[in-house]
Amino acid sequence: MGNHNIGEIIWKKFSRNRLATAGGIVVVLLFTIAILAPVLSPYNPDDIDRKHILEPPGLGHPLGTDDLGRDVLSRMIWGSRISLAVGFVAVGISTAIGMLLGALSGYYGGWPDRAIMRFIDIMLSIPTFFLILAVIAFIGPSIWNIMIVIGITSWMGVARLVRAEFLSIKEREYVLAAKAIGANDLRIIFKHIMINSMSPVFVSAILGVAGAVLVESALSFLGIGVQPPTPSWGNILTLGKDNIEIAWWLSIFPGLAILITVLGYNLLGEGLRDALDPRLWDVEL
Amino acid sequence: MLNYLMKRIFELIPTLFGITLISFFIIHLAPGKPTDIFTELNPKITPEAREKLEKYYGLDKSIIEQYGIWLKRIARLDFGESFSSDRRPVMEKIWDKKKPLLERRLFVTFMINLLSLAIILIIAIPVGITSATRRNSLYDKITTVSVFFGFAMPSFWLALLLMILFGVYLHWLPISQLKSINYDSLTAFGKIWDIARHLILPIFVSAFTGLAAESRFMRSSMLEVIRQDYVTVARAKGLPDKLVIYRHALRNALLPIITLMGLSVGGLIGGSVIFENIFGIPGMGQLFYMSVMTRDYPMVMCILTIGALLTLIGNLLADIGYMLADPRIRTG
Repeated sequence: MGNHNIGEIIWKKFSRNRLATAGGIVVVLLFTIAILAPVLSPYNPDDIDRKHILEPPGLGHPLGTDDLGRDVLSRMIWGSRISLAVGFVAVGISTAIGMLLGALSGYYGGWPDRAIMRFIDIMLSIPTFFLILAVIAFIGPSIWNIMIVIGITSWMGVARLVRAEFLSIKEREYVLAAKAIGANDLRIIFKHIMINSMSPVFVSAILGVAGAVLVESALSFLGIGVQPPTPSWGNILTLGKDNIEIAWWLSIFPGLAILITVLGYNLLGEGLRDALDPRLWDVEL
Repeated sequence: MLNYLMKRIFELIPTLFGITLISFFIIHLAPGKPTDIFTELNPKITPEAREKLEKYYGLDKSIIEQYGIWLKRIARLDFGESFSSDRRPVMEKIWDKKKPLLERRLFVTFMINLLSLAIILIIAIPVGITSATRRNSLYDKITTVSVFFGFAMPSFWLALLLMILFGVYLHWLPISQLKSINYDSLTAFGKIWDIARHLILPIFVSAFTGLAAESRFMRSSMLEVIRQDYVTVARAKGLPDKLVIYRHALRNALLPIITLMGLSVGGLIGGSVIFENIFGIPGMGQLFYMSVMTRDYPMVMCILTIGALLTLIGNLLADIGYMLADPRIRTG
């Protein structure tokens, strides 16, 4: 494989994996829908139409209407923005915290390492969903609060990952060489070690987006997430539950959207994990 | 081994202390106060009355003092009185000794989680083994795809779908509460049957994600073990395939599953809020939801602490199970 550059190998490996490609397509589609929401949605998502309440899917409203006569398809299209934003901001926060604590822990060892590891053990033993629920109920359910709270309760996996990478990389010769010529800690941590431990972090971030999307939709479903009239897939499902005997479409479609989204991120993440792992690169490439 | 076990149990104490400390501070430092609910409803309330109310709930002291008081009380297993209008002791609300077991919230949640853990074990382990031994067969491919869907399935949506199918359309199963209205008039057998019918959907929903995770894990663990030399040796000396898989390979393949089971306890407990809310089951999750809505601090702290304790016990049991299963640790 001497003649290929790394980017080419990764792309080849990734594009040959059909499931991963499907996941990638789902994610790209999701971005497109979210960006083009104003163009794509047939109705204004907040327009109340008292003459067409709880209408089943049909020609006028492809996915039916809700209890206020609002178009479900349009609300779902706008809801994709929420799901996307919460997923990425929450994971941005958790990845930043995890990378920082993991790097400190792995690079310095000693008491900072012991303190951070103990802190991680504690955070992992708190039933996280309970804590998220309590904090958001107390500080008030806004989309920013949800992003921040999900972010600061889900960094533990990344921290462990980064710590393990640091432990294995910090004794390598090139790092020792950098130290020998007098590079300071900051430079070594960020320029030499962090850069080389990015690929597992990247994979775990994509899988983390899937997790954050699930938590946000669960919170919105329970009524302490994104608040109506702002549409989110989770709060449309709440209406589905309230009208379960009469309006199946309110339950089926938003859930399907969540399922496909989460599946897409998971497949993309798993595919990237395989593509980025040099041990799985075959010689035939 | 006994020494190791004692060490592990002693380590739990600082961890539990840390958990309560962090939870207590997060909950009490969040903006707003439980007394706001009363004062907001009554705009004419005087500052004196507000102070009196805060004093009544013990919220006038500094947060460190409050935590100290809380710690002293839970040393005697007393989690204080609920802030809700009934002012009952928190412990009595989750474990009312005067009521039958099925009306004690802690028991209900514990029972459902234990049953779903059992279901996960009974189904996931054989599925994992068989898809590993028949790798790349149609069966393996179907289970792999189902596992991916299982991971991505929002549990509350699964609950809604099952309610629509079995409750609304087929009328096979009840979709809320733990027992029917006519429960008291049923025979003993009828009562058990009634509760079982109410529990089928909640237990399935609570087990679903775990099913996907454990069967996937069992499969990869089994695949790793059957590649090892000692399995090849067992095959080479002519042992039947069943014996090789179930006697020689399975024992080692089960080790990581034990750990995962222990770690999954926390997630299961967290899921209770969701399924208890959807199915209207009177357990800890439902109580927790009601308590955060009314800012019932003692109740919230109590449920968080019990949830953390159960998670820690799950991890500890996993460690013990690992030791019992692995002779290298047992004797070393």
